Amino acid sequence: MSMINWFKFSAPSTFYPLAGRLIPVFWALFAILALAGLWVGFFVAPTDFQQGEGYRIIFIHVGASWMSMFTYLVMAFWAGMGLAFNTRLSGMMASALAPTGALFAFISLWTGALWGKPMWGAWWVWDARLTSELILLFLYIGFIALTHAIDDTRRADKAGAILALVGVVNVPIIYFSVKWWNTLHQGASVSLTKAPAMASIMLWGMLLCALAMWMYSLAVALMRVRVIILERERHTDWVKELLAKRSQ
Amino acid sequence: MLQIVSYTIARDLRLALRRPADLVSVLFFFIIVASLFPLGVGPEADLLRQLAPGVLWVGALLATMLSLPRLFADDHRDGTLEQLALSPNPLGLMVLGKVIAHWLVSGLPLALLAPVLGLQFDLPADALWVLTFSILLGTPALSGIGAIGAGLTLGLRGGGVLLSLLVLPLYIPVLIFGAGAVDATVSGLGPGAHLSLLAALTIGGVAFAPWAAAAALKIALE
Repeated sequence: MSMINWFKFSAPSTFYPLAGRLIPVFWALFAILALAGLWVGFFVAPTDFQQGEGYRIIFIHVGASWMSMFTYLVMAFWAGMGLAFNTRLSGMMASALAPTGALFAFISLWTGALWGKPMWGAWWVWDARLTSELILLFLYIGFIALTHAIDDTRRADKAGAILALVGVVNVPIIYFSVKWWNTLHQGASVSLTKAPAMASIMLWGMLLCALAMWMYSLAVALMRVRVIILERERHTDWVKELLAKRSQ
Repeated sequence: MLQIVSYTIARDLRLALRRPADLVSVLFFFIIVASLFPLGVGPEADLLRQLAPGVLWVGALLATMLSLPRLFADDHRDGTLEQLALSPNPLGLMVLGKVIAHWLVSGLPLALLAPVLGLQFDLPADALWVLTFSILLGTPALSGIGAIGAGLTLGLRGGGVLLSLLVLPLYIPVLIFGAGAVDATVSGLGPGAHLSLLAALTIGGVAFAPWAAAAALKIALE
């Protein structure tokens, strides 16, 4: 057997204090990266000669889109781990990540609409990317609705895990079907893919903002998972001790 | 193996035929939904011909979805499902049998009904054939994917609404290629590519979905 105990932190009682120590670190990283990213985005990056000041919304928009997709993958990963190893914490992680992913999917759609109105002249077009982001938001909402409809948390975790895994198989199929659906018919009148080569300072601002959102997601997901742990493990001794200590 | 599947199909078909009202109400839902659209958007033949593939496909999709909760609910209520899960045969095969039986009583009649409704929308003859064929080809995937949703929401409060929330986003590819095949016929492109993709979705859906649905059922029965 290996010397490392891979499952040490898979027990809620050991993970809870670890998460508590990690959260301030991620918040601090988030603050630094967000300040740096927004400073670059608003003060350093030059005005775009075609799009004017309006393009600056990409500093939020791109990062939010990335996080919405990446969070779904992480959520499905934890869901799969929960089904495979039958660990309690995995299901808690999956349900802690879902609201953050849904939030980023919503922000991505919303900022996209704000950007689309001045640039394309429409709040919404049935572009392949917009449509698949919308469907991703539907998948998040389905996951949240299913896990909240089941009172037994173990069953909720497992049912949600199956849904997340089915969703992960479907996401590429949905993406390509939507893409072909659009291009087969009218040909994309607007496309996000053929953006001109970006100035490197803009790219830096975007990356800093995306990393800041990553840190934010980690911090918020860990905070949420700590709450879920306390709620579900409230009958155990260590939670009772912890709460007794805290109330003194 | 095949015996389990065919036995489940025969049993579910016999149960469905003893209560024909369930089957007929799904078909009438399809007819009513398809008839509402001309009333809503106006009777111009050109407009209706353009709308027809999408409207008829969405109608077929919703009708299939409406019949999903009954896929496992009756067997769950009288305890049959637990007995099936206890038997030494793989649950996935029985779910496959149930999916096929569900298609025989929902997808197949819908496909046979679709050309009649297509006439109401003034579709040309070749488009009517493609419409029938695309619904025949696509609805097994709907039954398969729907079985996963039906298994996940088994016995939950508000199961019906939740089921539509889970299943409809996953139905989108089938809708796109099914309606796309008819659209392509109307515009003269030929439906081959869409129908091939639709067949691929059905093969994938019918092969894999029963196993995911069986896993969902085992969780629901714990």
